[in-house]
Amino acid sequence: MTEYIIRRVLLAVPTVVLVIFATFMIVRLVPGDIVELILAERPYASEAERAQIEKDLGLDEPMPIQFVRYLGDVVRGDLGNSYWTARPVTAEIKSRMPVTAELGLYSILLGLVIALPIGILSAVRQDTMSDYFSRSFAILALSVPYFFTATLLIVFPPKWGWAPPLTYKGWSDGPIEHLYYFFFPALLLGVGLAGAVMRMTRTMMLEVLRQDYIRTAWSKGLRERSVISRHALKNAFIPVITIIGLQVGVALSGTIILESIFNMPGIGRYLVGAIFQRDYPSIQGVVLILGVSVVVVNLLVDITYAWLDPRIHYS
Amino acid sequence: MAGTQVTTPFGVPIDRPESRLPFYVDVLRRLVREKPLGLIGGVLVVMYFIAAIAAPLIAPYGPNELGAGPRLGGPTLDNFMGTDNLGRDIFSRVIYGARVSMTIGFVAVLIATLISLVVGALSGYFGGLFDILAQRLIDAFIAFPGLVFIIAVGAIFTDTQISGLPKSGVFQTQNVILAITIGVLLGVGSSRIIRGAALSVKSTAYVEATRATGATHTRIILFHVLPNVMAPTITLATLGLGTAILSESALSFLGLGVSPDTATWGGMLNREARTFMSQNAWIAIFPGLALSMAIFGFNMLGDALRDLLDPRLRTG
Repeated sequence: MTEYIIRRVLLAVPTVVLVIFATFMIVRLVPGDIVELILAERPYASEAERAQIEKDLGLDEPMPIQFVRYLGDVVRGDLGNSYWTARPVTAEIKSRMPVTAELGLYSILLGLVIALPIGILSAVRQDTMSDYFSRSFAILALSVPYFFTATLLIVFPPKWGWAPPLTYKGWSDGPIEHLYYFFFPALLLGVGLAGAVMRMTRTMMLEVLRQDYIRTAWSKGLRERSVISRHALKNAFIPVITIIGLQVGVALSGTIILESIFNMPGIGRYLVGAIFQRDYPSIQGVVLILGVSVVVVNLLVDITYAWLDPRIHYS
Repeated sequence: MAGTQVTTPFGVPIDRPESRLPFYVDVLRRLVREKPLGLIGGVLVVMYFIAAIAAPLIAPYGPNELGAGPRLGGPTLDNFMGTDNLGRDIFSRVIYGARVSMTIGFVAVLIATLISLVVGALSGYFGGLFDILAQRLIDAFIAFPGLVFIIAVGAIFTDTQISGLPKSGVFQTQNVILAITIGVLLGVGSSRIIRGAALSVKSTAYVEATRATGATHTRIILFHVLPNVMAPTITLATLGLGTAILSESALSFLGLGVSPDTATWGGMLNREARTFMSQNAWIAIFPGLALSMAIFGFNMLGDALRDLLDPRLRTG
C-alpha cells in the first residue's frame, strides 16, 4: 500500500509540472506584444511602468531562466500582483478558494445523494416503471445544461413571490443562511453531475447482480437488503469511484458558471472578471490553482480506490 | 434464425447465411426498429442540421433584424417564439443560433476525429516510447478541467486577428480558435478509446497474417486498423458534437465565447438578457430548449450508435 501511494505521488509530480508549464506559457503565447495590450487599458503609461510590467510578467530574461524563476515563485506561493485589484494574486485566491471548494464539495455530495439510490433502485428494479423513470431523469440531467435550469430558477419563482438568495452569506452570517445560500447552486450542479454517476451505478449494479456469488447469496435465503448492500454494492461501487474522480474536473468547470450566475465570490467568477480586465497574473494564478487541485483530488481518489480494492496493488 | 439449407461443392449440407444488408444500412435499420430513443435523437440531429444549413430559408427574419415585432412580445402567429427587448424575432435567432453552434461543433469534431485517429492509432499500433510519452501528456490533459482549458486558451487569443479570416460572422478568429480548442480537448480524450481499439486489432490473427505477407505498417494501419476503429470513431464523433455545442454555449453564456453581436443559444441566455426575462420569460425558454434538445439528440443518437456498433463500449 505505502509503495503504491509513493509510486502514485511520484507519477503526479510531472503532471503538476506540466500544469505549471502550461500556465507559464499563457502569457508567452499571446500573439503580439502583451505589454502593449495591457498598456492599451492605460493610455498615459510611462516608460518606467512599461519596464515594470515586463519585469512583473518575468519577460525580461531568456525563456529557460524565466521558467525556473516562475517555478521557484510558484513553489514559494508568489503568483505576482493582480493588475485589476493591485493585491497579490495569492491573497485574492486564498480569500475566494473556500467558496469554490465549498460549492464543488456540496454539489458532488448532493449529486451522489441523488445518483446512488436512484442508480441502485434502477438496477434492482430493472425494466419497471421506476427504472424507466430514473433513466429518463438521468437523460434529462445530462441534456439540460445547469446554466439553463439556473436561469429558470432565477427568472420564474420571483413571479410567484419567492426568490433564491443571490447575495453572498458567509459562515459569519449564520450557518443556516450560509447553507441556504449554497443549496441552490449546489443542487443545480449536483443534478447535472448526478446523470453520469447514476448511469454508471446502474450499469455496474446490473453487471454485479448477474454474478454467481449474488445468486448464492439469494439461495442462502438472505434478505434483499443484505444481498444488495452487503454483497452487491461493495463491488459495484469501485468503478463508480473513478467516475466520481472525473466529476471533480466537471464540477470545477461548473462552479465557474454557477458562481457567475449566483454572484458568489469564488475564484471562478474572479477568473471570468480577470479575463475581461486582461489581468494576466490573475488568469495564470487561477488556472494554476484549478489545474493543481484537480490533479491532487484525482490522486486522492486513486489512493482511495486502491484502499477499497486490494487487487489494484498488483497491477 | 436458420437460413435455407444448401450443399457445398464438397457435398456437405450447411445453413446458408442470411442474405445480409451492407453493414451501415443494417445499423440504420436496427436503429429504427430497436432504439426508439436513438431514432428520436437521430431525427432531432437531422432537423438541427437542416436548420443550420437552410437558416436563411427557414427564419422569417434576420438574426439581428430590429422591429421584427413589438419589444418583448409573447408568441404570436408572426413571431411564434416571441420577441426580445430590441424587437428581434426569437425564432429567427434560435435558427441562426443553430448555424453557429453546429458549425463550431462540426469543425471541432472534425479536428477531434483527426487527432484521435492519428494519436490513438499510432500510440496503440506502435506502442513504445511514443506511446508512453503521449499517454503521460494525455493524462495531464484529461486531469485539467475542460472549461478552464478553453477559457485559458481563449484568454491568450482575446485580441488576436488571424489574417484571412473575416472580422465578424461565424468564421471570425475567436470562433475558429474556440472550435480548434474544443476539438483538441475532445480529440485527446477520444484518442484513449481509439488507442484501446487499435491495440486489440493489432494483436488479431488476421493482422498478423497480413504482416506475414509482407504488408508495410502504413498499409496495415490504413487498411486494417482504421476500418476497425470506425465504429468507436462514429460514436465518439456523435457524442462529441453534443459536448462541443454545450461547451460553446457555456462560454457564450459567460460572455467569453462567440462575440455578443452574433445570435447564439448561450448568448441569448446571458446576463444582459436575464434583466428582461422577468418581463418576458420566452426569451429564456426557447433558446434553452433549443440547446437542451440538441444535446439530448446527440446524446441519444450517440448512445444508440454505441450499442449498435460496438456493444463493448456500453455504459448503460
